[in-house]
Amino acid sequence: MAHQAITEYHAEVHDTTYNTSTGLSNRKLLMWAFLASDVMFFGTFIATYLVYRNRSLVGPYPENVLDIPITTVSTFVLLMSSLSMVLALHYVRDGAKISGRFWIFVTAALGIVFIGFQVVEFYTFVNEGLTPVTNLFGTTFFILTGFHGAHVTIGILWLLFLLFGHFKGTLRSDNSLDLEIAGLYWHFVDIVWIVIFTVVYLVTANDGAPPGAPPFIGPHG
Amino acid sequence: MTTTTLTLPRIFKRPKSETGIWSWIGTVDHKRIGTMYGIISFFWLLVGGFEALMIRAQLAQADSELVSAETYNQLFTMHGTTMVFLVVMPLSAAFFNWLIPLQIGARDVAFPRMNSLSLWLFLFGGLVVNAGWLTGEAPNGGWFGYAPNSGIAFNPGHGMTYWALGLSILGIASIAAGLNFIVTIFNMRAPGMSLFKMPVFTWMTLITSILLVLAIPVIGVALIQIGTDRLYDTNFYNSLKGGDPVLWQHMFWLFGHPEVYILILPAMGIVSEVLPTFARKPLFGYDFVIFSGIGIAFMGWFVWSHHMFTVGLGPAANSAFAISTMAIAIPTGVKILNWMATLVRGSIKLNVAMLFSISFIAMFTIGGLSGVMHASAPTDAQQQDTYFVVAHFHYVLFGGAMMAIFSGTYFWWPKMTGWMLNERIGMVMWFTILLGFNMQFAPMHWLGMDGMPRRIFTYSSDQGWESLNAIASAGGLVIAIGILLFIFNVFYSRKKRVMAGNDPWDARTLEWSIPSPPPHYNFETIPQVQHRDDFWYQKYPELLEHEEGHAPSGAQEDLHLEAPSGGSDDDHGHGIHLPDMSYYPLLVSLGVTLGLAGLMAGLWLTVIGAVIGLWGVFGWSLEPVNDPTPGADH
Repeated sequence: MAHQAITEYHAEVHDTTYNTSTGLSNRKLLMWAFLASDVMFFGTFIATYLVYRNRSLVGPYPENVLDIPITTVSTFVLLMSSLSMVLALHYVRDGAKISGRFWIFVTAALGIVFIGFQVVEFYTFVNEGLTPVTNLFGTTFFILTGFHGAHVTIGILWLLFLLFGHFKGTLRSDNSLDLEIAGLYWHFVDIVWIVIFTVVYLVTANDGAPPGAPPFIGPHG
Repeated sequence: MTTTTLTLPRIFKRPKSETGIWSWIGTVDHKRIGTMYGIISFFWLLVGGFEALMIRAQLAQADSELVSAETYNQLFTMHGTTMVFLVVMPLSAAFFNWLIPLQIGARDVAFPRMNSLSLWLFLFGGLVVNAGWLTGEAPNGGWFGYAPNSGIAFNPGHGMTYWALGLSILGIASIAAGLNFIVTIFNMRAPGMSLFKMPVFTWMTLITSILLVLAIPVIGVALIQIGTDRLYDTNFYNSLKGGDPVLWQHMFWLFGHPEVYILILPAMGIVSEVLPTFARKPLFGYDFVIFSGIGIAFMGWFVWSHHMFTVGLGPAANSAFAISTMAIAIPTGVKILNWMATLVRGSIKLNVAMLFSISFIAMFTIGGLSGVMHASAPTDAQQQDTYFVVAHFHYVLFGGAMMAIFSGTYFWWPKMTGWMLNERIGMVMWFTILLGFNMQFAPMHWLGMDGMPRRIFTYSSDQGWESLNAIASAGGLVIAIGILLFIFNVFYSRKKRVMAGNDPWDARTLEWSIPSPPPHYNFETIPQVQHRDDFWYQKYPELLEHEEGHAPSGAQEDLHLEAPSGGSDDDHGHGIHLPDMSYYPLLVSLGVTLGLAGLMAGLWLTVIGAVIGLWGVFGWSLEPVNDPTPGADH
């Protein structure tokens, strides 16, 4: 009979008013509050990046390594994953089994592609002589984008876990809230990337050697 | 309807027993978690107090060689870190845990297992911060950890790495607890309890939780930065590569100033419950107290640079922060006036809880006034890094926060245990603590004005500081006697067992309407709330004429989303379903701790931590809140 209670508990549909003081689901409210907390987390790292802008004493500087066209592609990939996330939630809610699975998979796959771009980017930068210990740019760049990448990775694992649950029947249209909450997280991580892409790539990508610092010759030159 | 459930193979059985050690390790009950918070942080209070006594012993006479300069650095670093992160914050958390569900008429917090996670992370984080004592390398860079002094170049060894890792773990615990109480207070109120019918303590907990969730990430980032600097040679605070010490100060105090309100707002909530109860009057200006609390929390984000007036940020920044700092005294002053107006023409009952609350008002006002003094940038230039500042923040944090915590302890002890603490011993304890506190910290005002610097391990005899320091050190011993009296009182009263009954103080809020100690499920039927201080007006309906009419809002029947709601057939007739126990929170927190400790000790430990942590996370998310096996519910 407790078993039945569990199923009743899971029988919440997405537009139900929840049995709480605000009518919002506890878990959804939790995710929103957590995202507020995460805003402060990324905000502090982005502020650090901006404070240390143009303050590296040696190269490579942003203009020597940052590649706007390639990163634009990876940014596009990540933003498209937000679209597929919306579609995934839509189809899971509708109970469309194949489409739901397909779009969850696409979302996770686009995330993996984005992480792939980031791995290649990091590898290239290290080859070009930029590591987290080289200069302030390297330190702030790698730690900021690294933590963002870690957030995306957690999101991918979460989506794969939900995809597995969809196959096993634990993610269904009547408890699509599980996917909706993962979606909140996923969209937030995308939005953070929009800020990082703007600040790091669009605004500071042409920063060269600050006054008094030597120009960057290159690791092999 | 068929459901498929995924489960992880269990290595240990899900804890079931209601007694014994496993009933505590596996508990998700907010009352037991609150009790454990209280016990663990009282242990750290003794440790931090011992460190304070060592400091006072060293300073009792000029040119003392009792401890070395290095040991002294470790002592004041760990005293500050312990008292802030391991005593005042978790003691407040003990009250949050015990009282919030009771005050809002709920059966537990919104996320009982996450609550247990916070507790274990707090335990492990405290152990990591203190691990340095065992290896002889306790953190020594101050509780503020100013970089680059706390960096590897100027501070080799492991001390500040323990500090950074331990505080990171404590930070995760605080964020999780803050999120939990935000959701609990917003979502789990009894039917009819609109936001402005909530008890003031619940309000202050809500505000504190929001501050925690927003402020802790800032120091979290700073700790990650100093941590990667120390462990992996990054350059955030490496002066040779252009790292900027002022950035650390901004980051630390952008966290640090909201943090002082995280420490004091729960205390303000406690006295706002105690004073009306023993003045036999409603709190004067409830809305003013609430909005002042919100105002303090908001303005608390715009005052941080008053910790940095001597850095040289320039006259514009200094003026702006001086003005904002003076302005934040206004909502604080409003609250003090409200508390005093609550007492005016009240039928005042002077028992131990009340005496501590009144002492809170007096001591906190003194600390607040010296605070306004160094809000003025030129005055602060004179006072920076002197004992005047030490006097100030001990008046607000000991005279303020700790007095209120003692007050709350005497007030709610009967509710938590079922028996009363002895009033007569309590009076002696109150007098001893108040006397010792003023003996120890009042002289520091004069010492500071005379230029005695903080954080210097000794002073020479020709400075003329010996007698005042001797008085201060004697005061430290008097406080220690007061704490011992408290411990004695607990054991004495436990033996005497004067039973409290439901409502020993004739108090106002919902927690007093249920038995002491409360049953596992708190409320047999969820109360319907119509008024502020609803329980009071149930007892004295004739006092209601000036109360506003009832406005039903947020109505709900059963407060549990985590637990299956609604009356299923096997709930033993009382319709109460509580979450089962779980050991996964302990596993997750152990995994986090070992994983982070592995950054110091070696990759093998990180791998072990990651395996344990992931096992915990997956086990947790696949574990039903209640086991579906028939007859297995609580």
